[in-house]
Amino acid sequence: MLEFFNYRTIWEYMPLFEEGLRNTFLISIVSLFLALIVGVLACAARLSNWRGLRAVSIAYIESIRSTPLLVQIYFLYFGLPTLGIRIPEIQTGILALMFNSGAYIAEIVRAGITSVPNGQIEAGISSGLSYFQRMRFIILPQAVGVTVPPLLGQAITLVKDSALLSMISVVELTRSGQILTSERFMPAEAFFTVALLYLVIYFFLKYLSGWSQKKLIFRET
Amino acid sequence: MTVLISGASLFLGTILGFLLGMVRSRKNRLVNPLIGFFVDVMRGTPFIVQVFIVFFILPEFGVELEAFTAAVLAMTIMGSAFICEIVTAGILAVPKGQWEASSSSGLNILQQLRLVIMPQAMKTILPPLVGQYVLLIKDSSVVSAIGVVELTRVGWLTVVRIPEGLMVFSLVAALYFAISYPLIRISNSLERKLTVNRVSL
Repeated sequence: MLEFFNYRTIWEYMPLFEEGLRNTFLISIVSLFLALIVGVLACAARLSNWRGLRAVSIAYIESIRSTPLLVQIYFLYFGLPTLGIRIPEIQTGILALMFNSGAYIAEIVRAGITSVPNGQIEAGISSGLSYFQRMRFIILPQAVGVTVPPLLGQAITLVKDSALLSMISVVELTRSGQILTSERFMPAEAFFTVALLYLVIYFFLKYLSGWSQKKLIFRET
Repeated sequence: MTVLISGASLFLGTILGFLLGMVRSRKNRLVNPLIGFFVDVMRGTPFIVQVFIVFFILPEFGVELEAFTAAVLAMTIMGSAFICEIVTAGILAVPKGQWEASSSSGLNILQQLRLVIMPQAMKTILPPLVGQYVLLIKDSSVVSAIGVVELTRVGWLTVVRIPEGLMVFSLVAALYFAISYPLIRISNSLERKLTVNRVSL
């Protein structure tokens, strides 16, 4: 199978793959960070007592969850210019990933917060703790541990999703594979290398996620 | 086209996934690492890369595929990996005593699975399975990359002609929403219905 495999071309194109990998990292980390903020805000809105805010947040989360990311990317990519907003592709991509992951993270955070048994919150209220004290001392310490493993799962998804930005010609890992394919017509070399690099990231995050599951979730049996 | 691709590959992927999941739950020492590796590779690489591998690399081995076939093939393979995980988890959630009881009642392995284990495992499997269907339907948008004219591609082709990005892709999104949202609701209600017997805190 490997007799037609041209390793030299891969080495020759290593700078391109490096650039792709760097951009994939950059895009993933920036949009994960932004998505965390969006997610926490959306989750706060989702759990708030104010009905209008709650409805907006539900509409946001559900509409993101039931449409493909690619359509969301195109929506921003082709839609923003019609509104007169012109930003580089890479920022459009980060924006799309931010809104997409934000919705999923909102659900993850919500699951974490609601996983704290009601009795504890009631106990907190009757001990005279204020809302913020309850959040700070009772809910968050327990919720964070439950939230971290699925968040790492979301990080894996995000890294994979960033591959879709190749469709709007952001030079990330997948795009560098496409470039190699179109310049030399060597799809095997290109995409197996790309897949391998993604796998390295995946196994690293999966290992982290397994570790955090063992370490961070405190649960009585 | 989106419905056709999704339907075909969901059907095939479900069958393949169930088979893999059942085999995996037997914990065979030889086969299990293989399936585990397969699942990891499928979960660890972006779907778009898998589509490119199927579409561009299989021809080098003399397997010429049309874009449509390649799309269905790629989606089937990926879907089966995710469904395999779900099925394995479902089967392992059935208490061990059920296996022991059914084998001491003289059922062979297929009878055990069909009559005793699977009916119970389905309860755990169904909600995430429907959720997985939603993900797969959404992933079918990616095959527009190899030129299959499905919903997303239609939007893209339209937008090239008339520059109304917001409107066109709102419409595309609304169509996906019409398919996915009911499924998400079904998944949620299944989850609520099927976990009634669990003691709530």
